[in-house]
Amino acid sequence: MDPSDAFGATSRVPAADGEPLVVASGLVKRFGEFVAVDGVDFSIGRGESYGFLGPNGAGKTSTMRMIACMSPVSAGTLRVLGRDPDRDGPEIRSRIGVVPQEDTLDLELTVLDNLLVYGRYFDLPRRVIRERAEELLDFVQLTERARDRVESLSGGMKRRLTIARSLVSDPELLILDEPTTGLDPQARHLLWDRLYRLRRRGVTLVITTHYMDEAEQLCERLAVMDRGRFAAEGAPRDLIAKYSTREVVELRFGATEPAGVAAALEGLAQRREVLPDRVLLYSDDGDATLGEVHRLGLTPESTLVRRSSLEDVFLHLTGRTLVE
Amino acid sequence: MTATVTTPLRITPLSILGSRRALRLIERNIYVYRRSWIIFVSGFFEPFFYLLSIGVGLNKLVGALHIGNRLVAYTAYVAPGLLASSAMNGALFDATFNMFFRLKIAKTYDAILSTPLGPNDVALGELGWSLIRGSTYSGVFIVVMALFGYVLSPWAILCLPAAVLIGFAFAGVGLAATSFMRTWQDFDKVSLAIIPMFLFSATFYPLSVYPGWLQLVVRATPLYQAVALERGLDAGALSASLVGHAAYLAVLGLAGLVVTSRRLARLLLP
Ligand SMILES: Nc1ncnc2c1ncn2[C@@H]1O[C@H](COP(=O)(O)OP(=O)(O)OP(=O)(O)O)[C@@H](O)[C@H]1O
Ligand SMILES: [Mg+2]
Repeated sequence: MDPSDAFGATSRVPAADGEPLVVASGLVKRFGEFVAVDGVDFSIGRGESYGFLGPNGAGKTSTMRMIACMSPVSAGTLRVLGRDPDRDGPEIRSRIGVVPQEDTLDLELTVLDNLLVYGRYFDLPRRVIRERAEELLDFVQLTERARDRVESLSGGMKRRLTIARSLVSDPELLILDEPTTGLDPQARHLLWDRLYRLRRRGVTLVITTHYMDEAEQLCERLAVMDRGRFAAEGAPRDLIAKYSTREVVELRFGATEPAGVAAALEGLAQRREVLPDRVLLYSDDGDATLGEVHRLGLTPESTLVRRSSLEDVFLHLTGRTLVE
Repeated sequence: MTATVTTPLRITPLSILGSRRALRLIERNIYVYRRSWIIFVSGFFEPFFYLLSIGVGLNKLVGALHIGNRLVAYTAYVAPGLLASSAMNGALFDATFNMFFRLKIAKTYDAILSTPLGPNDVALGELGWSLIRGSTYSGVFIVVMALFGYVLSPWAILCLPAAVLIGFAFAGVGLAATSFMRTWQDFDKVSLAIIPMFLFSATFYPLSVYPGWLQLVVRATPLYQAVALERGLDAGALSASLVGHAAYLAVLGLAGLVVTSRRLARLLLP
């Protein structure tokens, strides 16, 4: 059986180049004096998957909560599903699914009841919810635990249940705040697969993650946030092309790192990043750069030439993990 | 539209008291108690035990007392007072301890506010549930009163709606107070308010035992208002003051509900 049977019988037709699903301009979130989101602009189209990347405290969750109509906008404008969150919160939320960063399962209910009751908040008929709940429990592999109390689940299982819960209402827009944190690799891949299929049905995804491979896999477009602002926005491939070189040489010098090694490597490549445990040299021809390192008489403990990834973009744009 | 929001989200004049979505929260609580019905049932016994120990025990020693112009046995005098305090306790339990657990410990409402429900629906739903629970206890207690012959007039039929009103008032106040609490220790303050009120609000003896100024203080307490309302209805001693008691309780409950909605919006939708 196609697991999506319990959900919308037909695929949602993507609006023919219609209005974007989420539009923000000059969006600001303040907590007292503190500015968590500092005037960002973005728009997310129907059926698109959009990601927010950024170091801890960058303002990703704050932005997502505003989109989910769970946090009032401090300034700027925001429209979600063509409506104003300030006025039409309940209507918007009835079409949204949310996986919050921290699990907020109902501890007084069993695993199955968590899904049944949550579906009722959306005013769905019990029969429909029950059908979906069964399929979703199967999807997150918690069918055997259906009658258990939530407290008895492991951390990853709770996460899986939170994910299942977000899908009970068959949302048009799915907001996932670090959904795979705590998931084992198998559960992670199951979720990726599910998200991929949801997208094909026209569901719009908004995701944050600290796993760059995940962002590359899941997101068509990304915003890299830092200190409440967008440092860059674009497709993963374009971001890599724009903010990194084709290849990266990774050098590890181990405990016997000679003093001044970092200085010696200066100018060898287009860019150099010195991390606590390694030095990265950005170059379009990694092998050539590595050859020059050896010619300098340096003998790293290990070397690696690889293609640039989002990780490099992240490093470059946020510089958070750099040794200054 | 440019939003420079300072008022809490989702509170507009029309929806200030919540919507029918609040029913979903009541449904949730029914799911919860389906699996812990013993806790629910245990609430029936408390007022009953009081009635047996205090009412029946003291009956012989105390003799008869006046309600309005009627002279009644002590047990019949105490019963409506216990009815009022059981309506209070029944409503308060959910509105304080359980609400605090859901609000601060289990974060139950954080998830609920990602659904179409808003903070006002949560406030109204919890209030409604407290009422349902409290009124069930009151209803059973009234039946017990009738069986023991403590029901003194046909007007006692109004004791149940009055108990619902009492539940409304205390649930509203309880929810509002709980929304300001930070730790479990703050509940000691609730006990500090409830226990003296329970003991001194003319539940067990007439107001006339107090000096004049103290009578005024006691009259101001919501439990006194509740007891006076139940006692008047039970004995059929109708007077305009009963309307005053009812209005007092209704205003208290409404104010509690509004404060709770606002507090929940502030706490849960930062
Ligand atoms: N309720 C709040 N009150 C005050 N400050 C807050 C509140 N929520 C978030 N902040 C602050 O806003 C900033 C952005 O927080 P946010 O949770 O959006 O970051 P994030 O990008 O999601 O980080 P992480 O990767 O750690 O989840 C942080 O500095 C945080 O301390
Ligand atoms: Mg976050």
